[in-house]
Amino acid sequence: MARPVRFNITPKERDTKGYIGLAEMPPGQTGEGFFTTKLSEVVGLARKNSLWPLPFATSCCGIEFMATMGSHYDLGRFGSERMGFTPRQCDMLMVMGTIAKKMGPVLRQVYIQMSEPRWVMAVGACASSGGIFDSYSVLQGIDQIMPVDVYVPGCPPRPEAILDGVLAIQDLVQNESIRRRNSEHYQKLLLSYGIQ
Amino acid sequence: MELTNDHIKQRLTEKFGEQVSHFTEPYGMLTFEAPKEMNLKVLQFLYDDPELKFKFLSDLQAVHYPNDTGRELAVVYHLHNMADNVRLRFKVYTDITVPDVFTATQLFACANWMERETYDFFGVNFVGHPNLKRILNVDEMDYFPMRKEYPLEDQTRADKDDEMFGRGGTI
Repeated sequence: MARPVRFNITPKERDTKGYIGLAEMPPGQTGEGFFTTKLSEVVGLARKNSLWPLPFATSCCGIEFMATMGSHYDLGRFGSERMGFTPRQCDMLMVMGTIAKKMGPVLRQVYIQMSEPRWVMAVGACASSGGIFDSYSVLQGIDQIMPVDVYVPGCPPRPEAILDGVLAIQDLVQNESIRRRNSEHYQKLLLSYGIQ
Repeated sequence: MELTNDHIKQRLTEKFGEQVSHFTEPYGMLTFEAPKEMNLKVLQFLYDDPELKFKFLSDLQAVHYPNDTGRELAVVYHLHNMADNVRLRFKVYTDITVPDVFTATQLFACANWMERETYDFFGVNFVGHPNLKRILNVDEMDYFPMRKEYPLEDQTRADKDDEMFGRGGTI
């Protein structure tokens, strides 16, 4: 029996002519020599396809992430080629692995150092909920110290699942209102985590 | 002459008499105990004696025996004679309400971190330790997690449904 495959079930035709894959055009008015659309659509499009991930890998999920970054699964296809290892330049924090309580303030500091807009992805059971480590020393999910946008389940998740999480983040990025980060609602959300 | 367990035992009883006791040899490793006030004297003797030469502290930790009233905490020293490649295990017991044991840092510099770890997890108060504070756990922790006083899981968790994990609830 064939193994059921959850991801990538509608493969694209192979591009044998060497065309470069292009992002889809946002809705707008086209005419001869001009194209009008909303600024937010353009900003969303640009942000979505040039995410800079900041990997925060502490354990086995990090190994799966390395496979995701490698040539076989190749996260670079989605515009996330460039790993930034400095939080100040990155938009997407990927937390992969068990976060001990002692690591919590470090991770929080990394999050605070990132500039807006920023997105957070919790990869794997440990980062999402503490996983099997129902223990005095392990943080029971990073959402106790920072807001999380996307959770990727699995222990560890397969690279396809991590890619699926990145695509989910891209959807959020594309559709997010450009005013969201200045909104009172968002400020309240951050304050609920004690972040100014 | 080869350094045998019997010989070590004989040297110790010559020196300390009845105070060293409970000699056993689980898996061939000499194990004995002494009153906790004697721990430095015994360690110093094992270190200085020209025949014994136990000059390396390979491990130090504690064990909690919650049912052994008055002797709840055992501090265990693992010593190694590098010259003859002989190891032994030395235990002192202490009351958990007064967990004071003299520090071995003056004798073995490596005891510093190991005693901090033992303090961190079991709350053994090493008297005379230069820097007795938590080493592995968060500083804010106000309990000693490896003592057998706690349920294994955080019972205050509300987001994990007990029924799903087979504890409590209706199965």
